[in-house]
Amino acid sequence: MSPPPDPWSRLARLTPARIALGRTGASLPTREVLAFALAHAQARDAVTTPFDSARTAHDIEALGFRTLEATSQAVDRATYLRRPDLGRRLSETSRQRLAQAAKAPCDLAVVVADGLSSTAVHAHAAALLGALQPVIDAANWRVGPIVVASQARVALGDEVGEILQARLVILLVGERPGLSSPDSLGAYITFAPRVGRTDAERNCVSNIRGAGLSYAAAAFKIGWLAREALRLELTGVALKDESDVETLGAPTAPPLPGAAARNSS
Amino acid sequence: MRYRKTLGATTWTFDSLAQVMAKASPLRSGDMLAGIAAGSAQENVAARMVLADTPLTAFLAEPLIPYELDDVTRLICDTHDEAAFRPVAALTVGGFRDWLLSEAATSEALAALARGLTPEMAAAVSKLMRNQDLILAASRCRVTTRFRDTIGLPGTLAVRLQPNHPTDDLAGITASILDGLMYGCGDAVIGINPASDSLGVIGDLLRLTDDLIRRFEIPTQSCVLTHVTSALQLIERGAPVDLIFQSIAGTEAANASFGVTLALLQEGLEAGRSLKRGTLGDNVMYFETGQGSALSAGAHHGIDQQTLEARAYGVARAFEPLLVNSVVGFIGPEYLYDGKQIIRAGLEDHFCGKLLGAPLGVDVCYTNHAEADQDDMDTLLTLLATAGVTFVMGVPGADDVMLNYQSTSFHDALYVRELLGLKRAPEFEAWLARWQITRSDGRLAPARAGHALLEGFS
Repeated sequence: MSPPPDPWSRLARLTPARIALGRTGASLPTREVLAFALAHAQARDAVTTPFDSARTAHDIEALGFRTLEATSQAVDRATYLRRPDLGRRLSETSRQRLAQAAKAPCDLAVVVADGLSSTAVHAHAAALLGALQPVIDAANWRVGPIVVASQARVALGDEVGEILQARLVILLVGERPGLSSPDSLGAYITFAPRVGRTDAERNCVSNIRGAGLSYAAAAFKIGWLAREALRLELTGVALKDESDVETLGAPTAPPLPGAAARNSS
Repeated sequence: MRYRKTLGATTWTFDSLAQVMAKASPLRSGDMLAGIAAGSAQENVAARMVLADTPLTAFLAEPLIPYELDDVTRLICDTHDEAAFRPVAALTVGGFRDWLLSEAATSEALAALARGLTPEMAAAVSKLMRNQDLILAASRCRVTTRFRDTIGLPGTLAVRLQPNHPTDDLAGITASILDGLMYGCGDAVIGINPASDSLGVIGDLLRLTDDLIRRFEIPTQSCVLTHVTSALQLIERGAPVDLIFQSIAGTEAANASFGVTLALLQEGLEAGRSLKRGTLGDNVMYFETGQGSALSAGAHHGIDQQTLEARAYGVARAFEPLLVNSVVGFIGPEYLYDGKQIIRAGLEDHFCGKLLGAPLGVDVCYTNHAEADQDDMDTLLTLLATAGVTFVMGVPGADDVMLNYQSTSFHDALYVRELLGLKRAPEFEAWLARWQITRSDGRLAPARAGHALLEGFS
């Protein structure tokens, strides 16, 4: 017989935390041990599932963008996890390929990076770019080829942006997976990208996923931050995300969900 | 100074005491990332042999980070208690390990010795100790602290109730606090990591926990883990601040990257004490640390991460904290790669902290990109509990839905109490019995609907 949840299980509707689980003696009921194991397996698989960069590039091209595949200097997942420095730099081959593609300066470089969750990129990157497309078109930005990068960390966008002579880089990346959020995508926005930028010089829109920030809301925030970054010629701690304020004043803008994304460096 | 060891046909040389320390460390990814780890298993043992023959006084004569460059070194040197050091002053590091495991190292002798030891001495001897040595020696150390209850008494284990919520929702956080209390957790602190850094939100969280503690007369304390400067502002605004939190590290430069100085910590200590909110004692500081934080900030001076972690405890003890928490597996696999490295680091941190006189708890934890799982956490929790760890975390279902990592749960605390007979802080234990959350033997009473604690909530 399975031990029931605790009598205060109604409180569980107030939080995603695992409360009122019930117990057998001092220990978890079998169903909770298995539910936890499944969540951990999903998060582990999000980290280790090989990144399908070809499929991701194909999905993005279907939107009408040009793409370019790139790799970091981390040759495999084990190296990537141990050596964050290598995940921040382009491989020599990729560097040359990007240099050849960089014909003229552009306003915007966009990088899609696997980061710590290829699952998140597979699930959300193309869809988010689809939502961003009208924002980009409306602003009339010149966009470089969308770079689909494997074994890549956030700072890889600095080198890509520098080579593509971009005023601004937007990097979409699979975030460190949590048990309740194995497929969360983040967007990092950096003005005047070049190797050596610090995280304090970026803005971030986090938690883009089904149960988090919607594509429309994320695209609105990213578009707002990109416009402000190009206008003020900076990103980072000096650029405060006040896109919510603008939404309140503009009834035609897409509505934001109740849970706002958290800006972090 | 050069150090040398000949083993068979090979002579191993080390350029400095810092290099001996780094290469004598059990292998971990953070020291490899820094490029200071031993290049081979034999070099590691050669360095440990050199270290074993090194007198403890070498650490007073040759600070690993120069006195002029670093205020943590200055703090360590300036507060070193020569008289307390005397019983072990003639020993080598190897001899000190033998002494620690001998019958001479009683709880009283260890307590008297603490201020005579520098963090570097503690780190050095830990590198010669196997896991069982770290457990046995730490189990003899007693560090007791007080605010509204008594933490660290022999035979007890306290739990930090960690009711985090991804958007700091007050109802959601209340739900997790009630769940934790009904599971008998929260005697170390009710400690919330806020998602927001807004002072308004943090003030709301402080009032929420203060209301609960007063309404139910819970003999515990609350903390919202925000920067010390925020705590100072909140105190000025009249917010009910029990404990002052700060992340700290083992070098001046790493502390600077956290936005703190020793003077600022002193200011926090004095502001916290000025409120006189503790009923049993005035240990008002709550520090968090973790191996790798100095390297992560580019502030490691070529020193291995375990030694720098011990130096963070040297900082902590100067401010008479209620709680010091090594968040051992949080930083990620580039510093501690897998369960084996996390387990070793957790035992080292606990031993070094206790030996230095800090009330050390451990956040037994891992992230999803580390090669670790709940089985590794069970192992480390069990080992630390046998070693007498001061406190561990209590996160609902071990899943922190705000910080996205796995720690220990309310159930884990029950497990280790059941296994080892560990009690809660006595005042909190009595409160649980009074509210009939526990039975007379300390085990949980059967859960029932309509418990007085839940009235008006569910």
